[in-house]
Amino acid sequence: MLELFITFFKIGCFTVGGGYAMIPGIFAVNLSIFIGYKLFRTPGAVVCTLGTALPSFIIILLIALFFQRFRDYAIVNSMFRGIRPAVVALIAAPVFRMAQTAHIRWSNAWIPAVSAIAIWLLGVSPVYVILLAGIGGYTYGQLLK
Amino acid sequence: MLLLQLFIVFMMIGLFGFGGGYAMVSMIQGEVVTSHHWLTTGQFTDIVAISQMTPGPLGINTATYVGYSSMVSAGYPAWMGILGSFTATFAVVLPSFVLMLIISKFLLHYKDHPVVESIFLGIRPAVVGLLVAASLLLMTRENFSSPGENGWQFCISILLFLFAFFGQRVYHINPIRLIAFCAIAGAILL
Repeated sequence: MLELFITFFKIGCFTVGGGYAMIPGIFAVNLSIFIGYKLFRTPGAVVCTLGTALPSFIIILLIALFFQRFRDYAIVNSMFRGIRPAVVALIAAPVFRMAQTAHIRWSNAWIPAVSAIAIWLLGVSPVYVILLAGIGGYTYGQLLK
Repeated sequence: MLLLQLFIVFMMIGLFGFGGGYAMVSMIQGEVVTSHHWLTTGQFTDIVAISQMTPGPLGINTATYVGYSSMVSAGYPAWMGILGSFTATFAVVLPSFVLMLIISKFLLHYKDHPVVESIFLGIRPAVVGLLVAASLLLMTRENFSSPGENGWQFCISILLFLFAFFGQRVYHINPIRLIAFCAIAGAILL
């Protein structure tokens, strides 16, 4: 069990960025819960979740405690002026690869288009978009039968 | 009660955060920036940047950060901020935990069930839309400046955006390296 905790603590320490999975939640966390459960049932799952979540929690908490104090320095401010456009680019860049894995074609391209417009221009919460998309998919599946 | 709100909001994010990683950006932004105003778009972008440069999944990083900063900016002391941090992080992991236990126990052989398949037929394309929306929502004056406000900064922002976009998409440069480069460029030029 300790070994399991240490393993996922290490994974938690080194997964920079974040994965993709079609299950809600955080990919690394989901995976650790799954493996922990397979090995030691519920206690294993608890230990693995803690192992994965703890490094982020500690690091980000330390940053949150001190970030505001030096965020207002002129040099830090300039650095973040440069960083912000890059972050937006890093979020935009995987769109096409994701469109491929999601099998977007001309026939279903309206779904991402409508979703994006609803969230971006109409201020609809992404929660409702996901709910509607799920219900829509289900209804479509029933109609095909 | 802010703690309870944090708990509910981050549990929702954990519950509906299909796609993980960047698709979750849209979910977190919708709740934290648009609905609850716990952060501005600029502050939110900063956290995504920090999240890129530090280990750990984005969902947990933002939960921890927002939990702390929303409590402190609402006037609570630092220890309440840490409690907020803990609450939000616990809440974002909780749905995964319950769902994954259920999946591990029973559902794995339902993965290819036609009903599950058809539900994802809708969700998968929608997640792409979420990602597009997340990018568009971050293209604000706060992040890029504007030609009228500061023409120089606006031009540099566009250039750095294009650099990072193609650096990632075409040349697969490590995101941390891209961010570090843009930070240096920002320090020198902006």
